[in-house]
Amino acid sequence: MRKRYLAFKIKSEQSVNKRDITDAVWNAVLKLFGEYGAGQINLALIEYDQEKSWGIMCCSRRTVEMVRASIASVTEINEKSFAIHVLGVSGTLESLRRKVTL
Amino acid sequence: MKRFVDLHLQPSIKDLNQVKNMVGLASELGYHMIGITLPPNVTRGTVKQLQSICNNVKLNLIRRVDFFPKTPRELLHNLSRFRRKFEVISVVCTSKAVSRQAAKDRRVDLLSFPSTNPRQRFFDNAEAELASKTFSSLEIDMAPLILSKGFHKIRLLSSLRKEVKIARKFNVPVTISSGATNTDLIRGPYDYAAITALFDMAMPLALHALSTTPFTIVQRNREKLSPNFVAPGIRVVGRKNYCPNA
Repeated sequence: MRKRYLAFKIKSEQSVNKRDITDAVWNAVLKLFGEYGAGQINLALIEYDQEKSWGIMCCSRRTVEMVRASIASVTEINEKSFAIHVLGVSGTLESLRRKVTL
Repeated sequence: MKRFVDLHLQPSIKDLNQVKNMVGLASELGYHMIGITLPPNVTRGTVKQLQSICNNVKLNLIRRVDFFPKTPRELLHNLSRFRRKFEVISVVCTSKAVSRQAAKDRRVDLLSFPSTNPRQRFFDNAEAELASKTFSSLEIDMAPLILSKGFHKIRLLSSLRKEVKIARKFNVPVTISSGATNTDLIRGPYDYAAITALFDMAMPLALHALSTTPFTIVQRNREKLSPNFVAPGIRVVGRKNYCPNA
Protein backbone atom coordinates (compact mmCIF):
# COMPACT_ATOMS: atom_id res chain seq x y z
CA MET A 1 0.00 0.00 0.00
CA ARG A 2 1.39 3.40 -1.01
CA LYS A 3 1.86 6.01 1.67
CA ARG A 4 1.88 9.77 1.88
CA TYR A 5 3.80 11.81 4.44
CA LEU A 6 2.42 15.12 5.71
CA ALA A 7 4.54 17.71 7.48
CA PHE A 8 2.56 19.90 9.85
CA LYS A 9 3.12 22.83 12.16
CA ILE A 10 1.09 23.82 15.20
CA LYS A 11 0.26 27.48 15.74
CA SER A 12 -0.31 28.12 19.39
CA GLU A 13 1.28 29.78 22.37
CA GLN A 14 1.09 26.56 24.40
CA SER A 15 2.93 23.36 23.60
CA VAL A 16 1.20 20.00 23.29
CA ASN A 17 2.57 16.50 23.55
CA LYS A 18 2.58 13.72 20.98
CA ARG A 19 -0.37 11.92 22.55
CA ASP A 20 -2.61 15.00 22.47
CA ILE A 21 -1.88 15.63 18.79
CA THR A 22 -2.64 12.04 17.81
CA ASP A 23 -5.86 12.03 19.84
CA ALA A 24 -7.00 15.35 18.37
CA VAL A 25 -6.45 14.23 14.77
CA TRP A 26 -8.04 10.81 15.36
CA ASN A 27 -11.06 12.47 16.96
CA ALA A 28 -11.39 14.81 13.97
CA VAL A 29 -11.17 11.86 11.57
CA LEU A 30 -13.82 9.97 13.54
CA LYS A 31 -16.13 12.99 13.65
CA LEU A 32 -15.85 13.75 9.94
CA PHE A 33 -15.64 10.28 8.39
CA GLY A 34 -16.81 7.88 11.08
CA GLU A 35 -15.32 4.52 12.01
CA TYR A 36 -15.52 3.22 8.43
CA GLY A 37 -13.44 6.17 7.13
CA ALA A 38 -11.01 6.02 10.04
CA GLY A 39 -10.37 2.38 9.24
CA GLN A 40 -9.15 3.24 5.75
CA ILE A 41 -6.77 6.00 6.74
CA ASN A 42 -3.88 4.10 8.41
CA LEU A 43 -2.78 7.22 10.24
CA ALA A 44 0.44 7.33 12.25
CA LEU A 45 2.52 10.07 13.81
CA ILE A 46 6.07 9.45 12.59
CA GLU A 47 7.91 12.35 14.14
CA TYR A 48 7.06 15.22 16.48
CA ASP A 49 9.19 18.00 17.89
CA GLN A 50 7.37 19.48 20.87
CA GLU A 51 9.71 22.47 21.21
CA LYS A 52 9.44 23.59 17.60
CA SER A 53 5.80 22.43 17.30
CA TRP A 54 6.15 20.56 14.04
CA GLY A 55 5.81 16.96 13.03
CA ILE A 56 5.29 14.41 10.30
CA MET A 57 2.30 12.13 9.88
CA CYS A 58 1.80 9.29 7.50
CA CYS A 59 -1.38 7.91 5.93
CA SER A 60 -2.43 5.87 2.94
CA ARG A 61 -2.20 7.69 -0.39
CA ARG A 62 -5.88 7.42 -1.23
CA THR A 63 -6.98 9.10 1.99
CA VAL A 64 -4.57 12.03 2.07
CA GLU A 65 -7.33 14.60 1.40
CA MET A 66 -9.42 13.10 4.21
CA VAL A 67 -6.51 13.48 6.60
CA ARG A 68 -5.89 17.02 5.41
CA ALA A 69 -9.53 17.97 5.98
CA SER A 70 -9.44 16.37 9.44
CA ILE A 71 -6.24 18.18 10.41
CA ALA A 72 -7.70 21.47 9.20
CA SER A 73 -10.83 20.97 11.27
CA VAL A 74 -8.93 20.66 14.57
CA THR A 75 -9.66 23.85 16.49
CA GLU A 76 -8.90 22.87 20.07
CA ILE A 77 -6.75 20.50 22.05
CA ASN A 78 -7.40 20.03 25.78
CA GLU A 79 -10.03 22.80 25.59
CA LYS A 80 -7.48 25.34 24.36
CA SER A 81 -7.66 26.77 20.86
CA PHE A 82 -5.12 25.42 18.39
CA ALA A 83 -4.60 25.39 14.66
CA ILE A 84 -2.64 22.79 12.74
CA HIS A 85 -1.29 23.78 9.32
CA VAL A 86 -0.13 21.26 6.75
CA LEU A 87 3.19 22.47 5.34
CA GLY A 88 3.58 19.90 2.62
CA VAL A 89 2.75 16.42 1.39
CA SER A 90 5.13 13.96 -0.23
CA GLY A 91 5.57 10.32 -1.14
CA THR A 92 8.82 9.78 0.77
CA LEU A 93 10.25 11.18 3.97
CA GLU A 94 13.38 12.27 2.15
CA SER A 95 11.56 14.35 -0.46
CA LEU A 96 9.26 15.80 2.20
CA ARG A 97 12.26 17.03 4.21
CA ARG A 98 13.72 18.53 1.03
CA LYS A 99 10.42 20.19 0.14
CA VAL A 100 9.57 21.60 3.55
CA THR A 101 12.15 23.55 5.51
CA LEU A 102 11.29 22.71 9.10
CA MET B 1 1.61 28.42 -9.87
CA LYS B 2 -1.81 29.43 -8.63
CA ARG B 3 -2.34 32.86 -7.10
CA PHE B 4 -4.52 32.21 -4.08
CA VAL B 5 -6.89 34.85 -2.81
CA ASP B 6 -8.71 35.00 0.52
CA LEU B 7 -11.45 37.56 0.10
CA HIS B 8 -12.76 37.48 3.64
CA LEU B 9 -10.57 38.19 6.63
CA GLN B 10 -12.44 39.90 9.46
CA PRO B 11 -9.92 41.20 11.98
CA SER B 12 -10.82 44.02 14.33
CA ILE B 13 -9.54 47.06 12.41
CA LYS B 14 -8.78 48.91 15.65
CA ASP B 15 -6.43 46.15 16.83
CA LEU B 16 -3.49 46.56 14.45
CA ASN B 17 -1.53 43.79 16.18
CA GLN B 18 -4.26 41.30 15.35
CA VAL B 19 -4.33 42.57 11.76
CA LYS B 20 -0.54 42.13 11.51
CA ASN B 21 -0.71 38.57 12.87
CA MET B 22 -3.54 37.55 10.55
CA VAL B 23 -2.00 39.14 7.48
CA GLY B 24 1.41 37.62 8.32
CA LEU B 25 -0.07 34.15 8.68
CA ALA B 26 -2.03 34.49 5.42
CA SER B 27 1.18 35.41 3.61
CA GLU B 28 3.02 32.48 5.23
CA LEU B 29 0.30 30.07 4.09
CA GLY B 30 0.68 31.10 0.45
CA TYR B 31 -1.97 33.72 -0.27
CA HIS B 32 -1.19 36.53 -2.72
CA MET B 33 -4.17 38.75 -2.07
CA ILE B 34 -6.41 39.20 0.95
CA GLY B 35 -9.68 41.01 1.37
CA ILE B 36 -10.25 42.70 4.70
CA THR B 37 -13.78 43.63 5.67
CA LEU B 38 -13.93 47.36 6.34
CA PRO B 39 -16.72 49.45 7.82
CA PRO B 40 -18.50 51.58 5.16
CA ASN B 41 -17.31 54.79 6.82
CA VAL B 42 -13.64 53.77 6.92
CA THR B 43 -11.14 56.60 6.63
CA ARG B 44 -8.36 56.85 4.04
CA GLY B 45 -5.80 56.87 6.86
CA THR B 46 -6.94 53.47 8.12
CA VAL B 47 -6.86 52.02 4.62
CA LYS B 48 -3.31 53.35 4.12
CA GLN B 49 -2.24 51.79 7.43
CA LEU B 50 -3.68 48.42 6.41
CA GLN B 51 -2.08 48.77 2.98
CA SER B 52 1.35 49.29 4.51
CA ILE B 53 0.89 46.26 6.83
CA CYS B 54 0.04 44.14 3.78
CA ASN B 55 2.91 45.57 1.72
CA ASN B 56 5.36 44.60 4.46
CA VAL B 57 4.53 40.92 3.94
CA LYS B 58 4.16 41.29 0.14
CA LEU B 59 0.39 40.86 0.13
CA ASN B 60 -2.08 42.75 -1.97
CA LEU B 61 -4.92 44.31 0.05
CA ILE B 62 -8.47 44.24 -1.27
CA ARG B 63 -10.93 46.73 0.20
CA ARG B 64 -14.15 44.91 0.95
CA VAL B 65 -17.43 45.84 2.56
CA ASP B 66 -20.23 43.61 3.85
CA PHE B 67 -23.80 44.85 3.76
CA PHE B 68 -26.54 43.41 5.96
CA PRO B 69 -29.62 45.11 4.45
CA LYS B 70 -33.05 44.43 5.87
CA THR B 71 -34.91 45.53 2.75
CA PRO B 72 -34.12 45.69 -0.99
CA ARG B 73 -34.47 49.46 -0.78
CA GLU B 74 -31.74 49.67 1.87
CA LEU B 75 -29.51 47.49 -0.31
CA LEU B 76 -29.98 49.76 -3.35
CA HIS B 77 -29.24 52.81 -1.22
CA ASN B 78 -26.02 51.26 0.13
CA LEU B 79 -24.90 50.16 -3.31
CA SER B 80 -25.34 53.58 -4.91
CA ARG B 81 -23.56 55.21 -1.95
CA PHE B 82 -20.56 52.91 -1.52
CA ARG B 83 -19.96 51.03 -4.78
CA ARG B 84 -17.15 53.31 -5.94
CA LYS B 85 -15.43 53.26 -2.55
CA PHE B 86 -14.77 49.50 -2.28
CA GLU B 87 -13.26 46.90 -4.57
CA VAL B 88 -15.48 44.05 -3.43
CA ILE B 89 -19.05 44.25 -2.17
CA SER B 90 -20.65 41.34 -0.38
CA VAL B 91 -24.30 41.16 0.59
CA VAL B 92 -25.33 38.97 3.49
CA CYS B 93 -28.83 37.92 2.48
CA THR B 94 -31.09 37.54 5.49
CA SER B 95 -34.40 37.63 3.62
CA LYS B 96 -35.65 36.29 0.32
CA ALA B 97 -36.47 39.76 -1.05
CA VAL B 98 -32.95 41.01 -0.31
CA SER B 99 -31.31 37.92 -1.79
CA ARG B 100 -33.32 38.21 -5.02
CA GLN B 101 -32.46 41.91 -5.34
CA ALA B 102 -28.77 41.19 -4.64
CA ALA B 103 -28.68 38.41 -7.21
CA LYS B 104 -30.03 40.57 -10.01
CA ASP B 105 -27.91 43.64 -9.28
CA ARG B 106 -24.66 43.81 -11.27
CA ARG B 107 -23.00 45.92 -8.57
CA VAL B 108 -23.03 43.02 -6.09
CA ASP B 109 -19.95 40.80 -6.22
CA LEU B 110 -20.62 38.20 -3.57
CA LEU B 111 -23.78 36.62 -2.24
CA SER B 112 -23.37 35.41 1.33
CA PHE B 113 -25.86 33.52 3.45
CA PRO B 114 -25.90 33.22 7.24
CA SER B 115 -24.54 29.88 8.39
CA THR B 116 -26.36 29.91 11.71
CA ASN B 117 -29.84 29.32 10.35
CA PRO B 118 -30.33 26.93 7.39
CA ARG B 119 -33.77 28.48 6.74
CA GLN B 120 -32.03 31.73 5.87
CA ARG B 121 -30.01 30.16 3.05
CA PHE B 122 -32.00 31.31 0.04
CA PHE B 123 -29.69 30.06 -2.70
CA ASP B 124 -32.17 28.05 -4.74
CA ASN B 125 -32.72 27.56 -8.49
CA ALA B 126 -34.43 30.93 -8.96
CA GLU B 127 -31.67 32.76 -7.09
CA ALA B 128 -28.99 30.96 -9.11
CA GLU B 129 -30.71 31.79 -12.39
CA LEU B 130 -30.73 35.49 -11.48
CA ALA B 131 -27.12 35.38 -10.30
CA SER B 132 -25.96 33.65 -13.48
CA LYS B 133 -27.10 36.64 -15.54
CA THR B 134 -25.05 39.11 -13.49
CA PHE B 135 -21.50 38.94 -12.14
CA SER B 136 -22.52 37.75 -8.67
CA SER B 137 -20.70 34.86 -7.11
CA LEU B 138 -21.74 32.57 -4.26
CA GLU B 139 -19.40 33.02 -1.30
CA ILE B 140 -18.79 30.15 1.10
CA ASP B 141 -17.04 30.97 4.37
CA MET B 142 -15.00 28.17 5.90
CA ALA B 143 -14.72 29.46 9.49
CA PRO B 144 -18.33 28.62 10.47
CA LEU B 145 -17.86 25.14 9.02
CA ILE B 146 -14.63 24.57 10.95
CA LEU B 147 -16.16 25.86 14.18
CA SER B 148 -19.52 24.12 14.01
CA LYS B 149 -20.06 20.80 15.69
CA GLY B 150 -22.53 17.93 15.75
CA PHE B 151 -25.95 18.34 14.19
CA HIS B 152 -25.32 21.95 13.22
CA LYS B 153 -22.31 20.89 11.13
CA ILE B 154 -24.32 18.14 9.44
CA ARG B 155 -27.07 20.61 8.48
CA LEU B 156 -24.54 23.15 7.22
CA LEU B 157 -22.76 20.53 5.11
CA SER B 158 -26.09 19.43 3.67
CA SER B 159 -27.03 23.03 2.75
CA LEU B 160 -23.62 23.67 1.18
CA ARG B 161 -23.81 20.47 -0.85
CA LYS B 162 -27.16 21.56 -2.30
CA GLU B 163 -25.94 25.09 -3.01
CA VAL B 164 -22.76 23.98 -4.77
CA LYS B 165 -24.79 21.59 -6.92
CA ILE B 166 -27.22 24.38 -7.89
CA ALA B 167 -24.36 26.81 -8.57
CA ARG B 168 -22.71 24.29 -10.90
CA LYS B 169 -26.02 23.66 -12.69
CA PHE B 170 -26.53 27.37 -13.42
CA ASN B 171 -22.84 28.24 -13.94
CA VAL B 172 -22.72 30.59 -10.96
CA PRO B 173 -19.11 31.04 -9.83
CA VAL B 174 -18.32 29.91 -6.28
CA THR B 175 -15.79 31.69 -4.07
CA ILE B 176 -14.24 30.00 -1.03
CA SER B 177 -13.14 32.41 1.71
CA SER B 178 -11.89 31.94 5.23
CA GLY B 179 -14.27 34.30 7.07
CA ALA B 180 -11.68 34.20 9.86
CA THR B 181 -11.94 36.56 12.80
CA ASN B 182 -8.62 35.46 14.36
CA THR B 183 -5.45 33.57 13.44
CA ASP B 184 -6.74 30.24 14.77
CA LEU B 185 -9.34 30.07 12.01
CA ILE B 186 -7.06 30.69 9.04
CA ARG B 187 -6.02 27.64 7.04
CA GLY B 188 -3.95 27.19 3.90
CA PRO B 189 -5.64 27.09 0.48
CA TYR B 190 -5.02 23.36 -0.01
CA ASP B 191 -6.49 22.65 3.44
CA TYR B 192 -9.64 24.56 2.46
CA ALA B 193 -9.76 22.63 -0.80
CA ALA B 194 -9.62 19.38 1.20
CA ILE B 195 -12.46 20.57 3.44
CA THR B 196 -14.65 21.40 0.44
CA ALA B 197 -14.61 17.70 -0.46
CA LEU B 198 -16.96 17.31 2.54
CA PHE B 199 -19.69 18.98 0.50
CA ASP B 200 -18.80 17.23 -2.75
CA MET B 201 -16.78 19.98 -4.36
CA ALA B 202 -14.16 18.50 -6.68
CA MET B 203 -10.55 19.50 -6.01
CA PRO B 204 -10.00 21.44 -9.31
CA LEU B 205 -13.26 23.34 -8.75
CA ALA B 206 -12.26 24.16 -5.17
CA LEU B 207 -8.83 25.43 -6.22
CA HIS B 208 -10.56 27.54 -8.89
CA ALA B 209 -12.85 28.97 -6.20
CA LEU B 210 -9.81 29.89 -4.12
CA SER B 211 -7.79 31.48 -6.90
CA THR B 212 -9.20 32.31 -10.34
CA THR B 213 -12.77 33.25 -9.35
CA PRO B 214 -11.89 35.81 -6.62
CA PHE B 215 -8.94 37.09 -8.68
CA THR B 216 -11.25 37.75 -11.65
CA ILE B 217 -13.72 39.63 -9.41
CA VAL B 218 -10.97 41.88 -8.04
CA GLN B 219 -9.38 42.50 -11.43
CA ARG B 220 -12.72 43.39 -13.03
CA ASN B 221 -13.62 45.80 -10.23
CA ARG B 222 -10.19 47.44 -10.14
CA GLU B 223 -10.49 48.08 -13.87
CA LYS B 224 -13.93 49.61 -13.35
CA LEU B 225 -12.71 51.81 -10.50
CA SER B 226 -9.70 53.08 -12.47
CA PRO B 227 -10.04 56.65 -13.86
CA ASN B 228 -9.45 55.32 -17.39
CA PHE B 229 -12.58 53.16 -17.39
CA VAL B 230 -15.38 54.39 -19.66
CA ALA B 231 -17.65 51.35 -20.17
CA PRO B 232 -17.11 47.58 -20.33
CA GLY B 233 -14.59 47.10 -23.16
CA ILE B 234 -13.87 50.82 -23.52
CA ARG B 235 -11.07 52.62 -21.68
CA VAL B 236 -8.98 55.71 -22.15
CA VAL B 237 -5.56 54.79 -23.53
CA GLY B 238 -4.14 58.31 -23.71
CA ARG B 239 -5.12 61.94 -23.14
CA LYS B 240 -4.66 65.27 -24.92
CA ASN B 241 -1.25 64.71 -26.58
CA TYR B 242 -2.54 61.67 -28.46
CA CYS B 243 -5.10 63.83 -30.32
CA PRO B 244 -3.03 66.54 -32.05
CA ASN B 245 -6.05 68.04 -33.92
CA ALA B 246 -8.20 68.40 -30.82
